[in-house]
Amino acid sequence: MSLAKRIIPCLDVADGRVVKGVKFVDIRDAGDPVEIARRYDREGADEITFLDITATHDNRNTMVNVVEQVASEVFIPLTVGGGIRTLDDIRRMLNAGADKVGINSAAVFNPEFVREAAERFGSQCIVVAIDAKKVSQPGEIERWEIFTHGGRKPTGIEAIGWAKKMVSYGAGEILLTSMDRDGTREGFDLPLTCAISEAVSVPVIASGGVGNLEHLAEGVLKGKADAVLAASIFHFAEYTIQQAKQHMSSRGIEMRL
Amino acid sequence: MSSVAVIDYGMGNLHSIAKALQHAEPDVDVKIVADADQILQADRVVFPGVGAMRDCMQALNQSGLSDVIQCAAKTKPLLGICLGMQALLTDSEENEDTLGLNIFPGHVVRFSEALVDDHGNKLKIPHMGWNEVHFRPHPLWHNIPQNSRFYFVHSYYAQSSDVSLIAATSQYPTAFTCALAKNNIFAVQFHPEKSQTVGLQLLSNFLHWDGQI
Repeated sequence: MSLAKRIIPCLDVADGRVVKGVKFVDIRDAGDPVEIARRYDREGADEITFLDITATHDNRNTMVNVVEQVASEVFIPLTVGGGIRTLDDIRRMLNAGADKVGINSAAVFNPEFVREAAERFGSQCIVVAIDAKKVSQPGEIERWEIFTHGGRKPTGIEAIGWAKKMVSYGAGEILLTSMDRDGTREGFDLPLTCAISEAVSVPVIASGGVGNLEHLAEGVLKGKADAVLAASIFHFAEYTIQQAKQHMSSRGIEMRL
Repeated sequence: MSSVAVIDYGMGNLHSIAKALQHAEPDVDVKIVADADQILQADRVVFPGVGAMRDCMQALNQSGLSDVIQCAAKTKPLLGICLGMQALLTDSEENEDTLGLNIFPGHVVRFSEALVDDHGNKLKIPHMGWNEVHFRPHPLWHNIPQNSRFYFVHSYYAQSSDVSLIAATSQYPTAFTCALAKNNIFAVQFHPEKSQTVGLQLLSNFLHWDGQI
């Protein structure tokens, strides 16, 4: 027995509340972040990710408070993403009790930021978040490009090469979201996940599209992900984290039960 | 009221460790301190750390805290965590061979990039996530089930030249040392402050430990 695959519930946070939308629109309220984090911890979540989906200056202060409150009572790894643009943003989140920060758009605008962040704080706390969308046509060799601003802005950058570049700049982990699948409940983009996971030396978290427990298992078994991230199936209490872990374990995946 | 000093030398998430110690034992006075006298006055000392070995040793040597740790290591219960464990060894191959504090004889080495798991998939580095810890009897494992999972995140690990000092091992994919123990000194590669129930239990055990085995 060795390292377990991880289940990471993701809390999209806006104005200090957990919300969930479909393809980044049609936002619904899903509750208080501290309360939800506590429940996930009790159910056996391996980590928790907070995504500040508004990421305005005011909201970042709210986010620091949320992280502080959660970190005082939940003793598992916490990741915070959304609006992380400066070394000072990272320092504030780490001081508030985050273990890792997710960097997305800021890495695209200035890849050197990832290098500086990894040198200053260590690769172990730098997660590069990649929002990828398929751009190839049926019949062509599959190709994905990265998008910023919550999936609204195309960059023309090819996803696999970008992931490798980010790892060479010091990313300690890749959080990979399929923009085609996010919110659809159709399952992860497995070819994308597998291609990125095989291309990089660091752990890859699969995200976007989970609608049932078998999707989580597929992310590991077919997508070769090291961790799987999901939001709505847990927020609306369709499944508990423990049920998800039992299912993945029954499919032969090593889990922390 | 007993006290514990968390050494502040500018590396690592000290607040997480302080919060977890406080949560594990609300009656203990938990201090984050950089001052030598305050560290040596505390009943117990926690030596945390994340980041790179060279930065860690530079910070310790420049601040004079390496002498303080050497002193604490002779006199009171000391808990090294993650980089705080690695820095207790003789040297590390990270950053072109950095010298450590040589409290435990041995080297710190990097996981090989060429490793594969049972299914033939390449093993990812850093070794990140929850892994089983197989331990030898020691007071710090009190009330922790054998092979419990703790949270790890690291790319380098300790290779002690004295096997009698190994307090626990994990598999990635072969056995590596994840805890070392000698007299009043205990050191772990994983993060007890991020390892939920079993991690808090280990911290609680440390806060009750008199340094005897």
